[in-house]
Amino acid sequence: MSAAGRVKDWLDERFGWHEIRTFIEHKTVPVHRFSYWYFLGGMTLFLFTIQVITGILLLLYYRPTPNDAFESVQYIMTQVPFGWLIRSIHSWSANLMVFTAAAHMFSVFFLKSYRKPRELTWLSGMLLLFLTLGFGFSGYLLPWNTLSFFATKVGTDIAGLMPGLGPWILTFLRGGEDVTGATLTRFFGFHVAVLPGIAATLIALHLLLVQRFGMSVPPSVEAAWQARPGDRKEIRFFPNFLLRELMAWYVVLAILGGLAALKPWELGVKADPFGAAPPGIRPEWYFMFMFQSLKFIPAKIWIFDGELLGVMGFGAAFLAWTLVPFFDTGRRGWVQKFVTGVGVFGLGFIGVMTLYAYTAK
Amino acid sequence: MNNQTTAPQELAERRQALRLFLGGGVIASLASFLYPILRYILPPKTVEQTSESVLAARVGELKPNTGKVFRFGSRPALLTLTSDGKYHAISAVCTHLNCTVQYRSDLHNVWCACHNGMYTPDGANISGPPPRPLEAYDVVLKGDEIYVRRKGNG
Repeated sequence: MSAAGRVKDWLDERFGWHEIRTFIEHKTVPVHRFSYWYFLGGMTLFLFTIQVITGILLLLYYRPTPNDAFESVQYIMTQVPFGWLIRSIHSWSANLMVFTAAAHMFSVFFLKSYRKPRELTWLSGMLLLFLTLGFGFSGYLLPWNTLSFFATKVGTDIAGLMPGLGPWILTFLRGGEDVTGATLTRFFGFHVAVLPGIAATLIALHLLLVQRFGMSVPPSVEAAWQARPGDRKEIRFFPNFLLRELMAWYVVLAILGGLAALKPWELGVKADPFGAAPPGIRPEWYFMFMFQSLKFIPAKIWIFDGELLGVMGFGAAFLAWTLVPFFDTGRRGWVQKFVTGVGVFGLGFIGVMTLYAYTAK
Repeated sequence: MNNQTTAPQELAERRQALRLFLGGGVIASLASFLYPILRYILPPKTVEQTSESVLAARVGELKPNTGKVFRFGSRPALLTLTSDGKYHAISAVCTHLNCTVQYRSDLHNVWCACHNGMYTPDGANISGPPPRPLEAYDVVLKGDEIYVRRKGNG
């Protein structure tokens, strides 16, 4: 017997390698006109892997204190060989990852893949999306520049508006009453230890659930296939789908490399806790729609704090969105249509607000 | 054995008592782990050192219709010299969402860059999202030094 064969047998006897192989060989992916949307989850996973690798590399030089943070990132960008590339890839990849994760979520939403039995897959995915935003928010502060300093002030203050637990959350996030070095230390801890630990667990669960149930087929396609069973088409996951997915990863890698090389991520100006907020202060693009909406809300609505109402409104909307599999169970046609309508409105709202924030003076 | 002589009723009661002890013990030990952790993650309160006056600037440092952000205890504050030659000192922490405000010479008012909030030089909120005025401080001139202190600490 060959050496490879012996290793295979050895593994087979220990944990049933054969069964895993059989599973992979039999795994298929449905083929229809929406199949392209299946690539987004894998692309997000690919970008997450890039984040882990480049993040570990950045840890070799980064120092999480208010006196050193900015200078250490500056050192990475200007002195360390290829430091500019590693950091630019980390920043660009983070942004692309938010984009692909959000696109993945919307595709799942509109194709109604969250229906029974995939409610938990959807829930774990939504948690991962919020976690991705948490990664973005905590990572944004780490270079300790003016933009990120004030964005963190505003962001944590919004979290502090929550009735009841608000002040507690604010102090917990900031490590005190104000954004200081204590905040930087905490955000660093969240960014490199707490969030990655939770993310790894949730990703494992999410992937496990995806394997368990296979790919969802959208209701319209399913109906068409039931009417004409001859139209049903599938390809094998390995190697057919995987190779296509790899092509998608290469496209992502090309975009990422292009962005990092041609537009290295800026460092900005070092934060001064006792300086005024400079004009043009703004959060990352994926928080812009909320930022812009909050600007429109007046200070007082009747007897309520406008800001508080806005934040509570967003909170309620996100909660309802997360719980959508439990409203839209696919049993009532009008609910399905209504949910799709709400989704179109939500996407439109985010699009218009984001566009307005970048174009309005 | 003893069990054979014990009534089922009594057995069930014993089991319940054991469950109570076991469950209570687990909950109590979890609480004893969690309590220190919960206390640990909230930092101890720092003492505010803003009761005394702070040297904000010197006379002549500010031109009329300009302002300066300075450190007042652990927070930033804003000193402005308006066109009519009066000094005003206010907290520079926007009452909306905590950004640091600045004086805008072109608007003759105090402006927050984050969400376009506007205040008068003495702190009244006049437009944009700020819900409350900025806290106003006393300005005291001693020779050519300009001191700022909380109101009523004279």
